[in-house]
Amino acid sequence: MKRILSSRWVKPVVFLAALAPLLLLVWQFFHDGLGANPLQFITHATGDWTLRFLVFTLAVTPLRKLLNLPDLIRFRRMLGLYAFFYGCLHLMTYLWFDKFFDWADIVKDIAKRPYITIGTLGLVLMIPLAITSTVGWIRRMGGKRWQMLHRLTYVSIVAGVIHYYWLVKLDVSRPLFYGGLTAILLLYRVAVWFMKSRARRVPAPVAA
Amino acid sequence: KLEGVVKSSYTVSDKATPYKDVTTYNNFYEFGVDKEDPAVNAKNFRTSPWTISVEGDVAKPRKFDISEILKIAPLEERIYRHRCVEAWSMVVPWIGIPLNALLKLVEPTAKAKYVAFQSLYDPRQMPKAGALDFPYMEGLRLDEAMHPLTMLTVGLYGEVLPNQNGAPLRLTVPWKYGFKGIKSINRIRLVGSQPSTSWNTMAAREYGFYSNVNPNVDHPRWSQAKERRIGEFFKRDTLMFNGYGDQVAGLYSGLDLKKNY
Repeated sequence: MKRILSSRWVKPVVFLAALAPLLLLVWQFFHDGLGANPLQFITHATGDWTLRFLVFTLAVTPLRKLLNLPDLIRFRRMLGLYAFFYGCLHLMTYLWFDKFFDWADIVKDIAKRPYITIGTLGLVLMIPLAITSTVGWIRRMGGKRWQMLHRLTYVSIVAGVIHYYWLVKLDVSRPLFYGGLTAILLLYRVAVWFMKSRARRVPAPVAA
Repeated sequence: KLEGVVKSSYTVSDKATPYKDVTTYNNFYEFGVDKEDPAVNAKNFRTSPWTISVEGDVAKPRKFDISEILKIAPLEERIYRHRCVEAWSMVVPWIGIPLNALLKLVEPTAKAKYVAFQSLYDPRQMPKAGALDFPYMEGLRLDEAMHPLTMLTVGLYGEVLPNQNGAPLRLTVPWKYGFKGIKSINRIRLVGSQPSTSWNTMAAREYGFYSNVNPNVDHPRWSQAKERRIGEFFKRDTLMFNGYGDQVAGLYSGLDLKKNY
């Protein structure tokens, strides 16, 4: 496993795999595979993949530690950027197919409908993260500050889950599923933080 | 295939939605919560034998076999607009009889003010049922139920109703949101007070008892001003009473439709 993860080929493979949902949508679009309401299908699919990639991104750190696979870090940026990419497609389907770029109506919608407000917030918060995702920006900002900024991902995923929860008509099982995953991923971080701060507070045993 | 169907003048000129879309894009929570679920999960639903009990405040309560329903009045084909509360719409050539033909047979008494409908619920045949409390229930005011547009539907596109569309007998009320059109009915009860209805019980603020199509009253979470007609790219404006205002607005004169959504 470690050998695979560090190989040269695995990155392009992951890149293509992450692109597959989009390619599948395009293929289905031209082969009458999107059902009776294609635009809704596309909206749901791109929204789902945004949340999934946020989950994948946040799963990198725990999995690295728990499975002892440090090389997983090589994929974190790509997964995060894919979350942003699918999020942008999701927003486009809304702006274009749902609102036909009627900006007055869009602004009203964002202000008036909580699920749209919070969904927009979640995506907007990802913009600075996408911009500062390069090595150059990490250097410029310094690792600590960069890391602080990129904790906004936590807000984005929570916003995404709430967005989903607030929009379903009645059946909340799927939003709750993502909510559960998010809770696990965030609780992991809380637990790590808690153990670290305790380790710091408890003085190291004095050598006799 | 249904025989002896007469064309009705209660028909809109809008282009009918393709049969495939009408029969694969359905909300029927007894058979799953996704639109594609009912066509798959209702495939083996048993619609025969089927009896419908009509009871309550009526002079002549009785049970009807589904075959008797077909003989109450000439079967009519009516092309109606169908507007879902989720802001999409279709145009469907339904086949059925006016509900009032059935109600007149059982003779509602003076006490009857509302009609309560109930769907069959059989957990063994509906293992994917989700989200709502079953059996599904709907209701109409008696004058709404007696309105000539209100239809007991047994078919579409010239054929017996496919299971996913509510076989063997469903309600079609074209000026109301689609969820009022209760499917697979096996019980109709005339009552004196407003009956409880499924969606209203789950979320009263979002789904009113009346649920008339109304572009001016938004769902609390989304706008109802426009709709996506299945098969069309651009959205269309939603019409008051789904375009049936000339026929039904009179039922609601003096009623505040914002409060009675």
